[in-house]
Amino acid sequence: MENMLEVKNLKVSFDTHNGEVQAVRGVNFNLKKGETLAIVGESGSGKSVTTKALMRLLPKPHGYIKEGEILFEGMDLVKQSNKQMQKLRGKDISMIFQDPMTSLNPTMKVGNQIMESLIKHQKMSRGQAKKRAIELLHLVQIPNPELRVNQFPHQFSGGMRQRVVIAIALACNPKVLIADEPTTALDVTIQAEILDLMKDIQKEMDTSIIFITHDLGVVANVADRVAVMYAGKIVEIGSVDDVFYNPKHPYTWGLLGSMPTLDSEEAELFAIPGTPPDLLNPPEGDAFSSRNQFALEIDFKEEPPMFQVSETHFAATWLLHEYAPNIEPPASVKKRMRGIASTASGPKGDEQ
Amino acid sequence: MARYIMQRIFYLLITLFLIATISFFLMKLLPGTPLTAEDKLSEEQREIILEKYGLNDPEPIQYVNYLGRLVQGDLGISFQFDNRGVTQILMNRIGPSAQLGVQALVIGTILGILLGLLAAINHTGFLDYGSTFVAVMGKSIPSFVFAGLLQYFVGVKLGWLPVALWDGFEYSILPSIALMIFPLATAARFTRTEMLEVLGSDYITTARAKGVNELGVVFKHGLRNALIPLVTIIGPLAVSLMTGTLVIEQIFAVPGLGEQFVSSVMTNDFPVIMGTTLLFAFLFVVIILIIDLLYGVIDPRIRLAGGDK
Repeated sequence: MENMLEVKNLKVSFDTHNGEVQAVRGVNFNLKKGETLAIVGESGSGKSVTTKALMRLLPKPHGYIKEGEILFEGMDLVKQSNKQMQKLRGKDISMIFQDPMTSLNPTMKVGNQIMESLIKHQKMSRGQAKKRAIELLHLVQIPNPELRVNQFPHQFSGGMRQRVVIAIALACNPKVLIADEPTTALDVTIQAEILDLMKDIQKEMDTSIIFITHDLGVVANVADRVAVMYAGKIVEIGSVDDVFYNPKHPYTWGLLGSMPTLDSEEAELFAIPGTPPDLLNPPEGDAFSSRNQFALEIDFKEEPPMFQVSETHFAATWLLHEYAPNIEPPASVKKRMRGIASTASGPKGDEQ
Repeated sequence: MARYIMQRIFYLLITLFLIATISFFLMKLLPGTPLTAEDKLSEEQREIILEKYGLNDPEPIQYVNYLGRLVQGDLGISFQFDNRGVTQILMNRIGPSAQLGVQALVIGTILGILLGLLAAINHTGFLDYGSTFVAVMGKSIPSFVFAGLLQYFVGVKLGWLPVALWDGFEYSILPSIALMIFPLATAARFTRTEMLEVLGSDYITTARAKGVNELGVVFKHGLRNALIPLVTIIGPLAVSLMTGTLVIEQIFAVPGLGEQFVSSVMTNDFPVIMGTTLLFAFLFVVIILIIDLLYGVIDPRIRLAGGDK
């Protein structure tokens, strides 16, 4: 399959009063046509910043791309002019945001907000664009689209607003859709509806999706591949099965282990000890080493390279080095992994 | 909607009644009578005049009489100008004041919004600091200082515009500028703050992610949302202009309400003072009402909340 998007050694920094914060420190991944790549990681790991950089929507003037390439159909987005990016945004690459309550303009009719990119990118007349907007509202399963198209965002519920946001993102049939925690602000039943909707639409349009989340249950439900980010780097990347059933990086173990499952009996939730490193002064060696109970001596001195586990599975941990001791994930994590596997396979099984 | 407006008009009448009452009794507390300055009058003549104007009656009776005339739309007769009705005096005077006020408020606010917009777009840049400087100057230096400076430099030194008096449009320019500095500065500061906040909000990122260009982001998505809170301060700004006219009209010798008001206070001309107070109060409540209705026009959330009932 062809690569829609190829990110090579992407580095993003923010200039602050205290100095340069290295939010993304050399990220590599690719996105194939029609696939869903989930990026997971805790707050501050650089997932959102990475995708904002893809759209060149980093907050100005403090955020900037320091290094790297973002190849979209072979074109390096880092080198494009602002004008060029404006033509691309909303047409080839669009974005769905986290909070539907704030991501729609409160003083503009929903229809106009959808029509805007149609008129801009596809040179439609207002009449055509309105027709298409109604179709899009229908596509995202909003009842009475003819009536709703003339309403304002405050007349919609949270879930309905997120459908509108999705309709805006889909308006020009984008090749890449970036969803930045699209279900985090919604309650669980609405979450499931929105996820189903996104999956249906992806099937219909063959869009590539980058799905940012910190909810591993959601990942198991929607993604083909998973990238785990920590301290501005991808520490493990592979297919959902690779990462969920055969995780290699201790941080991934920690993430999987701290996820509650329906049948867990422990009263207390597991948490990864410590806090993420300060990206103003990134630590030497593996950024996770100080929180890692399995850390080797070399972890504190040298950064691990990406080790290949299988054809699709890569992880950056010295534990995969041929001289490293053979360490298995802790038993409690293994148990939870089984639990996640059973929760995760549920919805997937229903689907087929 | 109609019911809401009726309700508001009812409240408006109550407000005016209270203001009429308060200003009436405050007048009575003022030392002296309209005749204090007239030292050529004999004691008998004074008595005749006071009797004629009903000023010897007990105050409650004066008050009831005053209200009775007020309800019929009669503001009384001026003491200062012989046999001229207060209504007529105010009518003659309101033209210049209204022209000054409207010119200063409209142009000042629009310029202020533009200045604030430039500052927000150019955040922490030269234009931002420049507009902050202008705004701080405008807010902290009283309008009569500007008036004097304008008269001296533009009027006297350069001779471009008339220094004072009222005889055509060019006479209105300098007093309008002196008056508009304050609303301009206030609107600029306010727009800048609001716009910066709006430009940082999520829906602006959504707009950018749609490929909308900077101009569209600022004017189509930003400005309207930034203007909603700005509408609130237009009321107080209009009021500050009304009080501003008291001084500015005096300085530029503009025959407007403000100048009339000041000279009436000097001569204890009760009916004119009360009439002017009532007129100012009336204008103020009407402006507030218009602003409340304007909210609905700008912000659909407010409009529909009212419409649903």
